Amino acid sequence: MTALTEAQPEAVTLDEPRATRLAIIASHGTLDTAYPPFILATAAAAMDMEVAIFFTFYGLEIIKKGKADHLQVAPIANPAMPLPVPNIIGMLPGMTAAATAMMHNWMDRAHVPHLGELIDIARESGVRLIACQMSLDVLGLKRDDLIDGLEIGGAATFLEFASRNAITLTF
Amino acid sequence: MPVTADQTLDCSGLSCPMPIIKTRKALDTLSVGQVLKMIATDPGSQSDMDAFVKKTGHQLLAAEQEAGTFVFFIKKTR
Repeated sequence: MTALTEAQPEAVTLDEPRATRLAIIASHGTLDTAYPPFILATAAAAMDMEVAIFFTFYGLEIIKKGKADHLQVAPIANPAMPLPVPNIIGMLPGMTAAATAMMHNWMDRAHVPHLGELIDIARESGVRLIACQMSLDVLGLKRDDLIDGLEIGGAATFLEFASRNAITLTF
Repeated sequence: MPVTADQTLDCSGLSCPMPIIKTRKALDTLSVGQVLKMIATDPGSQSDMDAFVKKTGHQLLAAEQEAGTFVFFIKKTR
């Protein structure tokens, strides 16, 4: 065994100013954009932070009933995705499904939890999930189309939470 | 002097953020002063456990590494 760290004699100082909240905006509905909000939210909750995620526009896809584990990856206009074909091929029928299957493969290999599992952990650990009312109206969705354990709110709901001592991130 | 653990948590094979989440849950079941031994294979857990104790105020008594396995001893402080 190699020791990585010696015992730390000094007390960790908790008196310096620290953000105690994490306020996240999730505005995209693809698999790869849905993960970071939930990875960060669940980790932050485990580290004693208060967390809220505001789902707006296509971010609502993530919290539609039965949708979390069926989100897809967009292979077109995504040159960072190492598909073994030119990016323009991504527009062909079936390529979105192929890219999505590939991403699921990579994630299983890396033992990344499924998104549905992370959403459950987030709800259990008190992460506030706020669905944007205006986006629901725009996309013609109803409260019943969404998973349980959500709040419905608008910009003010998010801003009130984020305005006090929060790190704010957008995905 | 070797550190003795009151509970052992095996996070082998798990990737971020699961080791942090499971560590937190395990610490919740311990009493102040007790020690959790957490085993992980995610190399990112070295940096993450440092950050976790910095943020939460728990104490990392020792961290060891052997053949791709990382072992952390975390004392619950509050």
